[in-house]
Amino acid sequence: MTDTPLTTDQLSVTYTGDREIEAVKGVSIGFPANTLTTIIGPSGCGKSTLLKSLNRLHEIQENVTIDGDVLLSGDSVYNTDVPAPEIRKRIGYVPQTPTALPVSIYENVAYGLRIHGDYESKADLDEKVETYLRKVNLWDEVADRLDAPGAELSTGQIQRLCVARSLAVEPDVLLCDEVTSALDPVSAESVEKTLKRLKSEYTIILVTHSMAQARRLADEVVFLYLGEVIESNDVRSFFEDPQQERTKAFIGGPTPVNREDNATGPTTTPPTSAGGEGPAAGDDKQ
Amino acid sequence: MTTDTDSLQNRAQSSRLGRRLLAERYSSYWLTGAGYLAIALFAGITLLLFYRSLPILSEYPLSSMLTSANWDPAANNFGFLPAIVGTIYVTALSMLMGVPIALGAAIYIAEYAEGRTKTLVAALIDVLAAIPSVIFGLVALIVVVPVIGRYVAPVFSENTVGVGIFTVSLVIAIVVTPFMTSLSVESLESLPDELRETSLGVGATKFETIRSVLLRAAGPGIFSAILLGFGRVFGATIVPALLIGGQTQIPNSIFSTGQTLPTLIVNDFGELMSLPLTQSALIFVGLMLVIVVWLFNFGAMLVQQRLKRRWQYQ
Repeated sequence: MTDTPLTTDQLSVTYTGDREIEAVKGVSIGFPANTLTTIIGPSGCGKSTLLKSLNRLHEIQENVTIDGDVLLSGDSVYNTDVPAPEIRKRIGYVPQTPTALPVSIYENVAYGLRIHGDYESKADLDEKVETYLRKVNLWDEVADRLDAPGAELSTGQIQRLCVARSLAVEPDVLLCDEVTSALDPVSAESVEKTLKRLKSEYTIILVTHSMAQARRLADEVVFLYLGEVIESNDVRSFFEDPQQERTKAFIGGPTPVNREDNATGPTTTPPTSAGGEGPAAGDDKQ
Repeated sequence: MTTDTDSLQNRAQSSRLGRRLLAERYSSYWLTGAGYLAIALFAGITLLLFYRSLPILSEYPLSSMLTSANWDPAANNFGFLPAIVGTIYVTALSMLMGVPIALGAAIYIAEYAEGRTKTLVAALIDVLAAIPSVIFGLVALIVVVPVIGRYVAPVFSENTVGVGIFTVSLVIAIVVTPFMTSLSVESLESLPDELRETSLGVGATKFETIRSVLLRAAGPGIFSAILLGFGRVFGATIVPALLIGGQTQIPNSIFSTGQTLPTLIVNDFGELMSLPLTQSALIFVGLMLVIVVWLFNFGAMLVQQRLKRRWQYQ
Protein backbone atom coordinates (compact mmCIF):
# COMPACT_ATOMS: atom_id res chain seq x y z
CA MET A 1 0.00 0.00 0.00
CA THR A 2 1.18 3.50 -0.77
CA ASP A 3 1.62 6.07 1.96
CA THR A 4 -1.48 7.91 0.84
CA PRO A 5 -3.87 5.21 -0.36
CA LEU A 6 -6.63 7.67 -1.13
CA THR A 7 -6.28 11.03 -2.85
CA THR A 8 -8.72 13.31 -4.62
CA ASP A 9 -7.85 15.20 -7.76
CA GLN A 10 -9.84 18.38 -8.36
CA LEU A 11 -12.95 16.56 -7.15
CA SER A 12 -16.20 18.45 -7.64
CA VAL A 13 -19.66 17.21 -6.81
CA THR A 14 -22.67 19.06 -8.23
CA TYR A 15 -26.32 18.46 -7.47
CA THR A 16 -28.30 19.11 -10.64
CA GLY A 17 -31.83 18.94 -9.29
CA ASP A 18 -34.25 21.85 -9.30
CA ARG A 19 -31.35 24.24 -8.88
CA GLU A 20 -27.70 23.54 -9.42
CA ILE A 21 -25.56 23.41 -6.30
CA GLU A 22 -21.85 22.69 -6.37
CA ALA A 23 -21.47 21.02 -2.98
CA VAL A 24 -17.80 20.12 -3.34
CA LYS A 25 -15.57 22.45 -5.32
CA GLY A 26 -12.33 21.17 -6.83
CA VAL A 27 -10.98 19.41 -3.75
CA SER A 28 -7.47 17.93 -4.01
CA ILE A 29 -6.31 16.27 -0.82
CA GLY A 30 -4.59 13.09 0.27
CA PHE A 31 -5.51 10.80 3.12
CA PRO A 32 -2.35 9.22 4.61
CA ALA A 33 -2.20 5.52 5.41
CA ASN A 34 -2.81 4.22 8.94
CA THR A 35 -3.93 7.56 10.24
CA LEU A 36 -7.24 9.06 11.15
CA THR A 37 -8.14 12.12 9.13
CA THR A 38 -11.11 14.18 10.22
CA ILE A 39 -13.02 16.38 7.86
CA ILE A 40 -14.51 19.22 9.90
CA GLY A 41 -16.65 22.16 8.99
CA PRO A 42 -20.03 23.73 9.69
CA SER A 43 -23.26 21.95 8.79
CA GLY A 44 -24.06 21.88 5.11
CA CYS A 45 -20.50 22.58 4.01
CA GLY A 46 -20.29 19.43 1.89
CA LYS A 47 -18.53 17.11 4.35
CA SER A 48 -20.88 14.17 3.88
CA THR A 49 -21.10 14.75 0.14
CA LEU A 50 -17.31 14.68 -0.12
CA LEU A 51 -17.17 11.52 1.98
CA LYS A 52 -19.78 9.65 -0.04
CA SER A 53 -18.24 10.66 -3.33
CA LEU A 54 -15.00 8.94 -2.25
CA ASN A 55 -16.55 5.49 -2.78
CA ARG A 56 -19.29 6.48 -5.23
CA LEU A 57 -22.00 6.01 -2.63
CA HIS A 58 -23.71 9.24 -3.72
CA GLU A 59 -24.69 7.33 -6.87
CA ILE A 60 -27.84 6.06 -5.17
CA GLN A 61 -29.11 9.63 -5.38
CA GLU A 62 -30.46 11.10 -8.58
CA ASN A 63 -29.06 14.17 -10.30
CA VAL A 64 -25.49 14.21 -9.02
CA THR A 65 -22.55 14.85 -11.32
CA ILE A 66 -18.88 14.41 -10.57
CA ASP A 67 -15.86 16.20 -12.00
CA GLY A 68 -12.28 15.36 -11.27
CA ASP A 69 -11.33 12.03 -9.82
CA VAL A 70 -10.57 9.99 -6.73
CA LEU A 71 -7.48 7.81 -6.76
CA LEU A 72 -7.32 4.64 -4.70
CA SER A 73 -3.69 3.50 -4.49
CA GLY A 74 -3.14 5.39 -7.73
CA ASP A 75 -6.08 3.80 -9.58
CA SER A 76 -8.97 5.93 -10.68
CA VAL A 77 -12.25 5.35 -8.88
CA TYR A 78 -14.35 7.11 -11.52
CA ASN A 79 -12.60 6.62 -14.88
CA THR A 80 -12.42 2.88 -14.61
CA ASP A 81 -14.13 -0.34 -15.63
CA VAL A 82 -13.98 -1.65 -12.08
CA PRO A 83 -17.60 -1.91 -10.93
CA ALA A 84 -18.71 0.24 -8.01
CA PRO A 85 -19.30 -2.72 -5.62
CA GLU A 86 -15.64 -3.74 -5.96
CA ILE A 87 -14.53 -0.17 -5.20
CA ARG A 88 -16.85 0.03 -2.20
CA LYS A 89 -15.46 -3.24 -0.90
CA ARG A 90 -12.06 -1.52 -0.73
CA ILE A 91 -13.45 1.75 0.66
CA GLY A 92 -15.87 0.90 3.47
CA TYR A 93 -18.54 3.20 4.82
CA VAL A 94 -20.18 3.61 8.24
CA PRO A 95 -23.28 5.84 8.17
CA GLN A 96 -24.24 8.53 10.65
CA THR A 97 -27.28 6.66 11.97
CA PRO A 98 -26.35 3.38 13.64
CA THR A 99 -27.82 0.88 11.20
CA ALA A 100 -28.28 -2.79 11.94
CA LEU A 101 -29.22 -4.83 8.90
CA PRO A 102 -32.43 -6.84 9.39
CA VAL A 103 -30.50 -10.00 10.26
CA SER A 104 -28.86 -11.49 13.34
CA ILE A 105 -25.79 -10.01 15.03
CA TYR A 106 -23.68 -12.79 13.51
CA GLU A 107 -25.08 -12.23 10.02
CA ASN A 108 -24.54 -8.49 10.30
CA VAL A 109 -20.81 -9.09 10.51
CA ALA A 110 -20.87 -12.00 8.06
CA TYR A 111 -22.89 -9.97 5.52
CA GLY A 112 -20.01 -8.70 3.39
CA LEU A 113 -18.01 -11.91 3.81
CA ARG A 114 -20.91 -13.95 2.45
CA ILE A 115 -21.46 -11.59 -0.48
CA HIS A 116 -17.84 -11.72 -1.55
CA GLY A 117 -17.35 -15.38 -0.60
CA ASP A 118 -14.36 -14.37 1.51
CA TYR A 119 -14.33 -17.48 3.68
CA GLU A 120 -13.47 -21.13 3.21
CA SER A 121 -15.76 -22.93 5.62
CA LYS A 122 -18.35 -22.30 8.28
CA ALA A 123 -15.59 -22.56 10.89
CA ASP A 124 -13.56 -19.96 9.02
CA LEU A 125 -16.59 -17.65 8.88
CA ASP A 126 -17.21 -18.14 12.62
CA GLU A 127 -13.62 -17.27 13.31
CA LYS A 128 -13.70 -14.14 11.16
CA VAL A 129 -16.92 -12.93 12.75
CA GLU A 130 -15.36 -13.36 16.17
CA THR A 131 -12.14 -11.64 15.11
CA TYR A 132 -13.94 -8.53 13.89
CA LEU A 133 -16.33 -8.40 16.82
CA ARG A 134 -13.28 -8.52 19.09
CA LYS A 135 -11.64 -5.76 17.04
CA VAL A 136 -14.46 -3.39 17.95
CA ASN A 137 -14.65 -4.62 21.57
CA LEU A 138 -18.09 -6.08 21.06
CA TRP A 139 -17.43 -9.81 21.32
CA ASP A 140 -17.70 -10.06 25.10
CA GLU A 141 -21.02 -8.21 25.03
CA VAL A 142 -22.70 -10.31 22.34
CA ALA A 143 -20.96 -13.71 22.34
CA ASP A 144 -23.91 -15.41 24.04
CA ARG A 145 -26.57 -14.01 21.71
CA LEU A 146 -25.12 -13.98 18.22
CA ASP A 147 -28.44 -15.19 16.79
CA ALA A 148 -30.44 -12.30 18.23
CA PRO A 149 -31.50 -9.56 15.80
CA GLY A 150 -28.79 -6.93 15.40
CA ALA A 151 -31.31 -4.16 16.03
CA GLU A 152 -31.83 -5.36 19.61
CA LEU A 153 -28.43 -4.02 20.61
CA SER A 154 -28.02 -0.54 22.05
CA THR A 155 -27.22 2.23 19.57
CA GLY A 156 -23.60 2.38 20.67
CA GLN A 157 -23.25 -1.36 20.21
CA ILE A 158 -24.92 -1.16 16.82
CA GLN A 159 -22.48 1.51 15.71
CA ARG A 160 -19.56 -0.72 16.70
CA LEU A 161 -21.32 -3.58 14.91
CA CYS A 162 -21.37 -1.34 11.81
CA VAL A 163 -17.63 -0.79 12.12
CA ALA A 164 -17.07 -4.56 12.51
CA ARG A 165 -19.21 -5.25 9.44
CA SER A 166 -17.26 -2.75 7.39
CA LEU A 167 -13.87 -4.02 8.56
CA ALA A 168 -14.81 -7.65 7.89
CA VAL A 169 -14.42 -7.22 4.13
CA GLU A 170 -10.91 -5.87 4.78
CA PRO A 171 -11.18 -2.44 3.17
CA ASP A 172 -8.12 -0.27 2.52
CA VAL A 173 -9.96 2.80 3.72
CA LEU A 174 -12.84 3.28 6.15
CA LEU A 175 -15.20 6.23 5.76
CA CYS A 176 -17.11 7.27 8.89
CA ASP A 177 -19.88 9.86 8.63
CA GLU A 178 -20.41 11.62 11.99
CA VAL A 179 -20.56 8.18 13.57
CA THR A 180 -21.05 9.44 17.11
CA SER A 181 -23.50 12.28 16.51
CA ALA A 182 -26.57 10.07 17.03
CA LEU A 183 -25.18 8.50 20.20
CA ASP A 184 -25.40 9.31 23.90
CA PRO A 185 -22.10 10.35 25.51
CA VAL A 186 -21.30 6.92 26.94
CA SER A 187 -21.93 5.12 23.65
CA ALA A 188 -20.04 7.82 21.77
CA GLU A 189 -17.09 7.26 24.03
CA SER A 190 -17.06 3.53 23.33
CA VAL A 191 -17.13 4.16 19.59
CA GLU A 192 -14.38 6.76 19.88
CA LYS A 193 -12.23 4.32 21.82
CA THR A 194 -12.73 1.76 19.10
CA LEU A 195 -11.72 4.20 16.37
CA LYS A 196 -8.72 5.27 18.40
CA ARG A 197 -7.49 1.69 18.65
CA LEU A 198 -8.13 0.98 14.98
CA LYS A 199 -6.44 4.01 13.51
CA SER A 200 -2.96 2.58 13.62
CA GLU A 201 -4.11 -0.35 11.48
CA TYR A 202 -6.49 1.35 9.08
CA THR A 203 -6.82 4.47 7.03
CA ILE A 204 -9.84 6.13 8.55
CA ILE A 205 -11.61 9.24 7.31
CA LEU A 206 -14.02 10.67 9.85
CA VAL A 207 -16.48 13.43 9.15
CA THR A 208 -17.39 15.36 12.27
CA HIS A 209 -18.85 18.69 13.20
CA SER A 210 -17.32 18.46 16.65
CA MET A 211 -13.96 20.14 17.00
CA ALA A 212 -13.53 18.48 20.38
CA GLN A 213 -13.83 15.10 18.72
CA ALA A 214 -11.36 16.11 16.03
CA ARG A 215 -8.89 17.11 18.73
CA ARG A 216 -9.34 13.85 20.56
CA LEU A 217 -9.13 11.49 17.61
CA ALA A 218 -7.52 13.06 14.58
CA ASP A 219 -4.00 12.79 13.28
CA GLU A 220 -4.81 14.98 10.31
CA VAL A 221 -7.53 17.61 9.99
CA VAL A 222 -9.18 18.90 6.83
CA PHE A 223 -11.29 22.03 7.21
CA LEU A 224 -14.03 22.24 4.63
CA TYR A 225 -16.06 25.41 4.17
CA LEU A 226 -18.75 25.84 1.51
CA GLY A 227 -17.33 22.95 -0.49
CA GLU A 228 -13.74 24.17 -0.49
CA VAL A 229 -10.76 22.97 1.52
CA ILE A 230 -9.71 26.00 3.56
CA GLU A 231 -6.88 24.35 5.41
CA SER A 232 -5.50 20.88 6.03
CA ASN A 233 -2.76 20.03 8.41
CA ASP A 234 -1.75 17.65 11.18
CA VAL A 235 -3.94 18.04 14.22
CA ARG A 236 -1.44 19.91 16.36
CA SER A 237 -0.52 22.51 13.78
CA PHE A 238 -4.13 22.86 12.73
CA PHE A 239 -5.44 23.75 16.14
CA GLU A 240 -2.42 25.43 17.66
CA ASP A 241 -1.21 27.36 14.67
CA PRO A 242 -4.03 27.83 12.17
CA GLN A 243 -2.85 29.58 9.02
CA GLN A 244 -6.10 30.83 7.53
CA GLU A 245 -8.36 33.54 8.92
CA ARG A 246 -11.43 31.38 8.31
CA THR A 247 -9.93 28.52 10.28
CA LYS A 248 -9.09 30.83 13.16
CA ALA A 249 -12.64 32.14 13.16
CA PHE A 250 -14.11 28.62 13.02
CA ILE A 251 -12.04 27.12 15.81
CA GLY A 252 -12.13 30.34 17.79
CA GLY A 253 -8.44 31.22 17.65
CA PRO A 254 -5.44 28.99 18.32
CA THR A 255 -6.29 26.39 20.92
CA PRO A 256 -3.98 23.88 22.55
CA VAL A 257 -4.37 20.19 21.88
CA ASN A 258 -4.13 18.03 24.92
CA ARG A 259 -4.10 14.30 24.40
CA GLU A 260 -2.30 11.40 25.96
CA ASP A 261 -0.56 10.41 22.74
CA ASN A 262 0.47 14.00 22.08
CA ALA A 263 1.63 14.58 25.61
CA THR A 264 5.31 14.49 24.56
CA GLY A 265 4.91 18.01 23.24
CA PRO A 266 5.47 21.14 25.31
CA THR A 267 1.79 21.92 25.80
CA THR A 268 0.35 20.73 29.06
CA THR A 269 -2.87 22.63 29.41
CA PRO A 270 -5.58 21.23 31.67
CA PRO A 271 -7.99 18.98 29.75
CA THR A 272 -10.94 21.30 30.31
CA SER A 273 -9.67 23.66 27.65
CA ALA A 274 -9.35 20.87 25.12
CA GLY A 275 -12.96 21.05 24.14
CA GLY A 276 -16.35 21.57 25.65
CA GLU A 277 -18.52 19.05 23.82
CA GLY A 278 -18.72 15.29 23.76
CA PRO A 279 -17.22 12.71 26.07
CA ALA A 280 -13.89 14.47 26.46
CA ALA A 281 -13.58 13.71 30.13
CA GLY A 282 -14.01 10.00 29.55
CA ASP A 283 -10.94 9.64 27.38
CA ASP A 284 -8.59 9.17 30.28
CA LYS A 285 -10.57 6.31 31.73
CA GLN A 286 -9.72 2.84 30.58
CA MET B 1 -47.70 27.78 48.78
CA THR B 2 -51.22 28.96 49.51
CA THR B 3 -51.07 31.57 46.83
CA ASP B 4 -49.84 28.92 44.35
CA THR B 5 -52.79 26.68 45.13
CA ASP B 6 -55.14 29.63 44.90
CA SER B 7 -53.89 30.63 41.51
CA LEU B 8 -54.12 27.04 40.29
CA GLN B 9 -57.70 26.93 41.53
CA ASN B 10 -58.43 30.16 39.77
CA ARG B 11 -56.97 28.91 36.56
CA ALA B 12 -59.02 25.70 36.70
CA GLN B 13 -62.16 27.76 37.13
CA SER B 14 -61.42 30.14 34.30
CA SER B 15 -63.95 29.65 31.57
CA ARG B 16 -61.45 29.14 28.78
CA LEU B 17 -59.68 26.28 30.51
CA GLY B 18 -63.06 24.89 31.50
CA ARG B 19 -64.12 24.72 27.85
CA ARG B 20 -60.88 23.05 26.87
CA LEU B 21 -61.26 20.42 29.58
CA LEU B 22 -64.85 19.80 28.57
CA ALA B 23 -63.79 19.31 24.94
CA GLU B 24 -61.07 16.97 26.18
CA ARG B 25 -63.57 14.87 28.12
CA TYR B 26 -66.20 14.64 25.39
CA SER B 27 -63.72 13.92 22.63
CA SER B 28 -62.42 10.98 24.62
CA TYR B 29 -66.00 9.69 25.09
CA TRP B 30 -66.57 10.01 21.36
CA LEU B 31 -63.34 8.19 20.44
CA THR B 32 -63.90 5.42 22.96
CA GLY B 33 -67.46 5.04 21.72
CA ALA B 34 -66.27 4.74 18.11
CA GLY B 35 -63.83 2.03 19.14
CA TYR B 36 -66.46 0.03 20.99
CA LEU B 37 -68.85 0.45 18.08
CA ALA B 38 -66.36 -1.34 15.81
CA ILE B 39 -66.14 -4.24 18.25
CA ALA B 40 -69.91 -4.31 18.67
CA LEU B 41 -70.43 -4.36 14.89
CA PHE B 42 -68.07 -7.28 14.44
CA ALA B 43 -69.62 -9.23 17.30
CA GLY B 44 -73.15 -8.36 16.20
CA ILE B 45 -72.62 -9.46 12.60
CA THR B 46 -70.95 -12.71 13.64
CA LEU B 47 -73.68 -13.48 16.17
CA LEU B 48 -76.45 -12.69 13.71
CA LEU B 49 -74.88 -14.87 11.03
CA PHE B 50 -74.44 -17.66 13.55
CA TYR B 51 -78.01 -17.36 14.83
CA ARG B 52 -79.48 -17.41 11.33
CA SER B 53 -77.24 -20.38 10.41
CA LEU B 54 -78.66 -22.49 13.23
CA PRO B 55 -81.59 -23.96 11.22
CA ILE B 56 -79.29 -25.54 8.61
CA LEU B 57 -76.69 -26.54 11.22
CA SER B 58 -79.31 -28.33 13.31
CA GLU B 59 -80.76 -30.06 10.24
CA TYR B 60 -77.60 -31.52 8.70
CA PRO B 61 -74.25 -32.45 10.20
CA LEU B 62 -71.54 -29.90 9.41
CA SER B 63 -69.04 -32.51 8.24
CA SER B 64 -71.35 -33.90 5.57
CA MET B 65 -72.23 -30.42 4.26
CA LEU B 66 -68.57 -29.44 3.99
CA THR B 67 -67.63 -32.63 2.16
CA SER B 68 -70.66 -33.16 -0.06
CA ALA B 69 -70.38 -32.12 -3.70
CA ASN B 70 -74.12 -32.06 -4.26
CA TRP B 71 -75.57 -28.53 -4.19
CA ASP B 72 -79.26 -28.60 -5.07
CA PRO B 73 -81.23 -26.48 -2.59
CA ALA B 74 -84.54 -27.24 -4.26
CA ALA B 75 -84.02 -30.91 -3.38
CA ASN B 76 -82.59 -30.09 0.05
CA ASN B 77 -79.04 -31.05 -0.89
CA PHE B 78 -76.61 -28.65 0.69
CA GLY B 79 -73.07 -29.62 -0.29
CA PHE B 80 -70.64 -26.74 0.01
CA LEU B 81 -67.61 -28.55 -1.39
CA PRO B 82 -67.86 -27.20 -4.98
CA ALA B 83 -67.92 -23.59 -3.79
CA ILE B 84 -65.14 -24.25 -1.26
CA VAL B 85 -62.93 -25.87 -3.90
CA GLY B 86 -63.77 -23.08 -6.35
CA THR B 87 -62.80 -20.44 -3.79
CA ILE B 88 -59.50 -22.18 -3.01
CA TYR B 89 -58.69 -22.47 -6.73
CA VAL B 90 -59.48 -18.84 -7.46
CA THR B 91 -57.66 -17.49 -4.40
CA ALA B 92 -54.56 -19.61 -4.94
CA LEU B 93 -54.33 -18.93 -8.67
CA SER B 94 -54.90 -15.18 -8.28
CA MET B 95 -52.27 -14.88 -5.58
CA LEU B 96 -49.82 -17.00 -7.60
CA MET B 97 -50.27 -14.69 -10.57
CA GLY B 98 -50.57 -11.42 -8.64
CA VAL B 99 -47.94 -11.56 -5.89
CA PRO B 100 -44.80 -12.00 -8.05
CA ILE B 101 -45.93 -9.26 -10.41
CA ALA B 102 -46.85 -6.93 -7.55
CA LEU B 103 -43.46 -7.54 -5.88
CA GLY B 104 -41.55 -6.99 -9.11
CA ALA B 105 -43.45 -3.83 -9.95
CA ALA B 106 -43.04 -2.48 -6.41
CA ILE B 107 -39.27 -3.09 -6.43
CA TYR B 108 -39.00 -1.48 -9.87
CA ILE B 109 -40.91 1.63 -8.81
CA ALA B 110 -39.24 2.01 -5.41
CA GLU B 111 -35.66 1.14 -6.31
CA TYR B 112 -35.06 1.38 -10.06
CA ALA B 113 -37.43 3.88 -11.65
CA GLU B 114 -36.23 7.48 -11.63
CA GLY B 115 -37.60 10.92 -12.28
CA ARG B 116 -40.61 11.25 -14.54
CA THR B 117 -40.91 7.56 -15.33
CA LYS B 118 -41.24 6.85 -11.65
CA THR B 119 -43.90 9.50 -11.11
CA LEU B 120 -45.85 8.31 -14.13
CA VAL B 121 -45.75 4.59 -13.35
CA ALA B 122 -46.55 5.11 -9.68
CA ALA B 123 -49.49 7.37 -10.53
CA LEU B 124 -50.85 4.89 -13.08
CA ILE B 125 -50.66 2.06 -10.58
CA ASP B 126 -52.53 4.11 -8.00
CA VAL B 127 -55.24 4.94 -10.53
CA LEU B 128 -55.56 1.28 -11.50
CA ALA B 129 -55.92 0.37 -7.83
CA ALA B 130 -58.81 2.80 -7.51
CA ILE B 131 -60.86 1.60 -10.51
CA PRO B 132 -64.03 -0.26 -9.36
CA SER B 133 -63.63 -3.96 -10.00
CA VAL B 134 -66.89 -4.17 -11.95
CA ILE B 135 -65.13 -2.23 -14.74
CA PHE B 136 -62.44 -4.90 -14.90
CA GLY B 137 -65.20 -7.53 -14.97
CA LEU B 138 -66.96 -5.83 -17.90
CA VAL B 139 -63.79 -5.31 -19.91
CA ALA B 140 -62.82 -8.90 -19.23
CA LEU B 141 -66.19 -10.14 -20.54
CA ILE B 142 -65.54 -8.33 -23.80
CA VAL B 143 -61.81 -9.01 -24.19
CA VAL B 144 -60.42 -11.69 -21.89
CA VAL B 145 -63.24 -14.22 -22.14
CA PRO B 146 -63.09 -14.63 -25.96
CA VAL B 147 -59.26 -14.68 -25.94
CA ILE B 148 -59.17 -17.42 -23.35
CA GLY B 149 -61.96 -19.39 -25.03
CA ARG B 150 -60.45 -19.20 -28.51
CA TYR B 151 -56.69 -19.13 -27.98
CA VAL B 152 -55.56 -19.98 -24.45
CA ALA B 153 -57.75 -22.93 -23.47
CA PRO B 154 -57.16 -24.86 -26.76
CA VAL B 155 -53.43 -24.81 -26.04
CA PHE B 156 -54.22 -26.91 -22.97
CA SER B 157 -56.72 -29.04 -24.97
CA GLU B 158 -59.62 -27.55 -23.04
CA ASN B 159 -62.97 -26.78 -24.54
CA THR B 160 -64.61 -23.70 -23.05
CA VAL B 161 -66.34 -20.50 -24.10
CA GLY B 162 -63.94 -18.60 -21.92
CA VAL B 163 -65.70 -18.13 -18.59
CA GLY B 164 -64.45 -20.16 -15.65
CA ILE B 165 -61.95 -20.45 -12.81
CA PHE B 166 -58.87 -19.40 -14.81
CA THR B 167 -60.51 -16.31 -16.28
CA VAL B 168 -61.76 -15.23 -12.87
CA SER B 169 -58.34 -15.78 -11.29
CA LEU B 170 -56.59 -13.80 -14.01
CA VAL B 171 -58.97 -10.85 -13.76
CA ILE B 172 -58.95 -10.76 -9.94
CA ALA B 173 -55.16 -10.88 -10.07
CA ILE B 174 -55.29 -7.83 -12.35
CA VAL B 175 -57.66 -6.13 -9.90
CA VAL B 176 -55.56 -6.69 -6.75
CA THR B 177 -52.04 -6.42 -8.18
CA PRO B 178 -52.00 -2.58 -8.37
CA PHE B 179 -53.37 -2.48 -4.84
CA MET B 180 -50.65 -4.80 -3.47
CA THR B 181 -48.02 -2.97 -5.54
CA SER B 182 -48.99 0.42 -4.21
CA LEU B 183 -48.80 -0.69 -0.57
CA SER B 184 -45.49 -2.51 -1.11
CA VAL B 185 -43.96 0.58 -2.74
CA GLU B 186 -44.87 2.55 0.37
CA SER B 187 -43.14 -0.01 2.60
CA LEU B 188 -39.98 0.01 0.51
CA GLU B 189 -39.84 3.78 0.17
CA SER B 190 -40.23 4.32 3.89
CA LEU B 191 -36.95 2.48 4.52
CA PRO B 192 -34.08 4.77 5.52
CA ASP B 193 -31.32 5.33 2.96
CA GLU B 194 -28.79 4.22 5.58
CA LEU B 195 -29.87 0.61 4.97
CA ARG B 196 -29.03 0.97 1.28
CA GLU B 197 -25.78 2.81 2.01
CA THR B 198 -24.75 0.26 4.61
CA SER B 199 -25.25 -2.66 2.29
CA LEU B 200 -23.75 -0.98 -0.77
CA GLY B 201 -20.91 0.27 1.45
CA VAL B 202 -19.55 -3.23 2.02
CA GLY B 203 -19.63 -3.89 -1.72
CA ALA B 204 -23.06 -5.45 -2.22
CA THR B 205 -24.71 -4.94 -5.59
CA LYS B 206 -28.08 -3.26 -5.87
CA PHE B 207 -29.87 -6.56 -6.35
CA GLU B 208 -28.10 -8.17 -3.38
CA THR B 209 -29.10 -5.16 -1.30
CA ILE B 210 -32.73 -5.52 -2.34
CA ARG B 211 -32.80 -9.27 -1.80
CA SER B 212 -30.94 -9.53 1.50
CA VAL B 213 -31.73 -6.22 3.16
CA LEU B 214 -34.61 -4.20 1.74
CA LEU B 215 -37.10 -7.03 1.20
CA ARG B 216 -36.53 -8.17 4.78
CA ALA B 217 -36.71 -4.73 6.32
CA ALA B 218 -39.88 -3.97 4.35
CA GLY B 219 -41.04 -7.56 4.87
CA PRO B 220 -43.74 -6.94 7.48
CA GLY B 221 -45.22 -4.16 5.34
CA ILE B 222 -45.12 -6.24 2.17
CA PHE B 223 -46.66 -9.13 4.08
CA SER B 224 -49.51 -6.82 5.09
CA ALA B 225 -49.96 -5.75 1.48
CA ILE B 226 -50.19 -9.38 0.36
CA LEU B 227 -52.59 -10.17 3.16
CA LEU B 228 -54.91 -7.29 2.28
CA GLY B 229 -54.71 -8.49 -1.32
CA PHE B 230 -55.66 -11.96 -0.14
CA GLY B 231 -58.65 -10.56 1.70
CA ARG B 232 -59.85 -8.82 -1.45
CA VAL B 233 -59.34 -11.93 -3.59
CA PHE B 234 -61.07 -14.19 -1.09
CA GLY B 235 -64.07 -11.92 -0.76
CA ALA B 236 -64.20 -10.90 -4.44
CA THR B 237 -67.79 -11.09 -5.55
CA ILE B 238 -68.56 -9.05 -8.62
CA VAL B 239 -65.76 -10.33 -10.86
CA PRO B 240 -66.42 -14.04 -10.20
CA ALA B 241 -70.16 -13.47 -10.43
CA LEU B 242 -69.66 -12.08 -13.94
CA LEU B 243 -67.03 -14.50 -15.14
CA ILE B 244 -67.13 -17.85 -13.33
CA GLY B 245 -70.01 -19.44 -15.19
CA GLY B 246 -72.11 -20.09 -12.12
CA GLN B 247 -72.34 -23.87 -12.34
CA THR B 248 -72.13 -25.48 -8.95
CA GLN B 249 -69.75 -28.32 -9.68
CA ILE B 250 -66.35 -29.35 -8.49
CA PRO B 251 -64.04 -27.94 -11.18
CA ASN B 252 -62.17 -30.68 -13.02
CA SER B 253 -59.65 -28.27 -14.51
CA ILE B 254 -58.68 -24.65 -14.04
CA PHE B 255 -60.59 -23.79 -17.21
CA SER B 256 -63.90 -25.26 -16.08
CA THR B 257 -66.78 -23.21 -14.78
CA GLY B 258 -67.58 -23.27 -11.08
CA GLN B 259 -68.70 -21.32 -8.08
CA THR B 260 -67.03 -19.54 -5.20
CA LEU B 261 -68.49 -18.99 -1.75
CA PRO B 262 -69.41 -15.32 -2.43
CA THR B 263 -70.93 -16.12 -5.85
CA LEU B 264 -72.99 -18.89 -4.28
CA ILE B 265 -74.67 -16.27 -2.12
CA VAL B 266 -75.07 -13.77 -4.96
CA ASN B 267 -76.42 -16.28 -7.49
CA ASP B 268 -78.85 -18.10 -5.23
CA PHE B 269 -80.06 -15.57 -2.72
CA GLY B 270 -82.66 -13.77 -4.82
CA GLU B 271 -84.57 -16.73 -6.16
CA LEU B 272 -84.24 -19.08 -3.20
CA MET B 273 -84.85 -16.57 -0.42
CA SER B 274 -88.35 -17.91 0.20
CA LEU B 275 -87.00 -21.31 1.25
CA PRO B 276 -86.00 -20.92 4.92
CA LEU B 277 -83.49 -23.76 4.91
CA THR B 278 -81.76 -22.45 1.79
CA GLN B 279 -81.63 -18.97 3.24
CA SER B 280 -80.03 -20.39 6.36
CA ALA B 281 -77.52 -22.34 4.25
CA LEU B 282 -76.49 -19.21 2.38
CA ILE B 283 -76.17 -17.28 5.63
CA PHE B 284 -73.92 -20.08 6.86
CA VAL B 285 -71.73 -19.47 3.78
CA GLY B 286 -71.43 -15.88 4.97
CA LEU B 287 -70.43 -17.11 8.42
CA MET B 288 -67.72 -19.30 6.88
CA LEU B 289 -66.33 -16.31 4.99
CA VAL B 290 -66.20 -14.22 8.15
CA ILE B 291 -64.53 -17.00 10.17
CA VAL B 292 -61.88 -17.73 7.53
CA VAL B 293 -61.02 -14.05 7.14
CA TRP B 294 -60.85 -13.67 10.91
CA LEU B 295 -58.61 -16.73 11.31
CA PHE B 296 -56.35 -15.53 8.54
CA ASN B 297 -55.99 -12.09 10.03
CA PHE B 298 -55.28 -13.53 13.45
CA GLY B 299 -52.66 -15.92 12.07
CA ALA B 300 -51.16 -13.15 10.00
CA MET B 301 -50.88 -10.95 13.07
CA LEU B 302 -48.86 -13.63 14.85
CA VAL B 303 -46.61 -14.14 11.82
CA GLN B 304 -46.15 -10.42 11.48
CA GLN B 305 -45.08 -10.01 15.08
CA ARG B 306 -42.42 -12.66 14.54
CA LEU B 307 -41.29 -11.03 11.29
CA LYS B 308 -41.09 -7.64 12.92
CA ARG B 309 -38.82 -8.95 15.62
CA ARG B 310 -36.72 -11.12 13.31
CA TRP B 311 -36.31 -8.51 10.59
CA GLN B 312 -36.08 -5.34 12.64
CA TYR B 313 -33.45 -2.81 11.70
CA GLN B 314 -31.77 0.25 13.20
